[in-house]
Amino acid sequence: MENQTKIKVESLNLSIGNKVILNDINISIPKNKITVILGPSGCGKSTLMKSMNRLTDLYPEMKVSGNIFIDDEDILHTKNDVTEIRKRMGLLSQRPYPLPMSIYKNVAYGLKISGRVNKQLLNKRVEHYLQQASLWNEVKDRLKDPASSLSIGQQQRLCLARGLAVDPDIILADEPTSALDPISSQEIEKKFLELKGNYTIILVTHILRQAARIADYVVFMYLGEVIEQGPAKEFFSNPQTEITKAYLRGSIN
Amino acid sequence: MNWNRIRDNISPTRLQINKFNEVWMLVWTLFLVVVPLFIVSGLLWKSSLLLENHTLKEIIFSSEWKPMSGKFGFLPFIMSSLWVTLLSLLIAAPICLFSAIHLTQYANRYVLRFMQPVIDILAGIPSVIYGVWGIIAVVPFVAEKIAPMFGVQTTGYNILSASIVLAVMVIPFILNILIDIINTIPKELTEASLSLGAGKWYTIKHVILRKALPGIISAMGLGLSRSFGETIAVLMVVGNVAAIPSGIFQPGYPLPALIANNYGEMMSIPQYDSALMFSALLLMIIVLFFNIGSRFLIMSYEKRFK
Repeated sequence: MENQTKIKVESLNLSIGNKVILNDINISIPKNKITVILGPSGCGKSTLMKSMNRLTDLYPEMKVSGNIFIDDEDILHTKNDVTEIRKRMGLLSQRPYPLPMSIYKNVAYGLKISGRVNKQLLNKRVEHYLQQASLWNEVKDRLKDPASSLSIGQQQRLCLARGLAVDPDIILADEPTSALDPISSQEIEKKFLELKGNYTIILVTHILRQAARIADYVVFMYLGEVIEQGPAKEFFSNPQTEITKAYLRGSIN
Repeated sequence: MNWNRIRDNISPTRLQINKFNEVWMLVWTLFLVVVPLFIVSGLLWKSSLLLENHTLKEIIFSSEWKPMSGKFGFLPFIMSSLWVTLLSLLIAAPICLFSAIHLTQYANRYVLRFMQPVIDILAGIPSVIYGVWGIIAVVPFVAEKIAPMFGVQTTGYNILSASIVLAVMVIPFILNILIDIINTIPKELTEASLSLGAGKWYTIKHVILRKALPGIISAMGLGLSRSFGETIAVLMVVGNVAAIPSGIFQPGYPLPALIANNYGEMMSIPQYDSALMFSALLLMIIVLFFNIGSRFLIMSYEKRFK
């Protein structure tokens, strides 16, 4: 099957003051695959992801230029509502940040914003998305409890359910397992493999083995630049540049 | 690791200095706990004369204040204090809340950086100066502009003027705390809400304010205690008439003003002296009550959400 491009980033530059964070980024991200953005800490991976749903707007000190096309819409220069763009992407951050409300309301939050307030329908949707995040069985008897009472692994799955509930077609995950224990991490990875049929998943990580386990497509970044990108198999078996080779050997970190 | 060996390596004098430091820090901490106890028991002891001759019910619920004939009804003072304090918080709370939201969420960073020292300076102005400002600006404004709007004749020395002066005094105090509280909320929470399709105001209302609520309650509680105890600025503009105020354009006579106005002059009448001590005790107990109340609110909130 030919790869369809979901997101295309063209000559994206981002700087804070004189400091260049992202330098001339050009990548294309295939639809309904897991794309892993790989690289050592501080190379700009998270910032690249934040610019994809315009969370960079929150930081007025960041200067962004270039284009990001999602389904041929340039989201950096669009006239459409930014919240509509953001809704098309579910976000998982490094640590789970459950909203300060009950488990149920965390999942219902996005649904209510899009105007779905029918109680019965809402109940059904909440259950559906909690099932999708494999959390339903653990929380079905305590939906009214505060989300913060869950374990951190459960919280991360709750954040996944909450993100899926707004019916996105892209999932942005910024080192979603870095605060989790190995078993919870494994569950999240398994979830991603199940979900990729319907979602374009972008995963930021600095864990090489995680990338090797689940990536279809790899973007390797180093010091704010994309060094190499390509299908995971080729990337790992036949790296093109010296930096990539060194990184894969483990000599840069 | 062998801790005993490490211990042996520390010279005996260092151990003694450590021990000494531990002890005197404990002493000062205990001092902090003991002082309020001393104050309360001292006040209690001093007001025992009044309590021997009158029932507590009589003192608190009677509004007859005639010290010369031995009648000490504290209700006018308690009510004046409550009126002034609650009205001032009613004025200050929305102003503080909205400016805190504006400064942390909407304003340019530089505005906040400029405003923070300004707020600190406002908080540091001595209260007499607020009192003088009250007399030359707020009192005439209330008498000539606000009261006529409601068809009321007043000198301007009343509950409303005192509340306005008090509100202006506690605003920097509460605002400072609110800004700190809202700034400690992780930005990722805002990011999470935005990426679920929420708008900025929706996020502020449902996520940020909700997360900050315990802090907001305690900031308001601290403001309440502060304005309840504020003395000079209030007594300069409140009118000081010992009667239960029937409206905001009536003069009042809050507890701290009672003590400050009369203490020292009435030493010759033992019961009067004792009554002033009792009002200090009352003041302290009510402030304590405010603090416990806001703590309780926070705890019950945190049980539900965190």
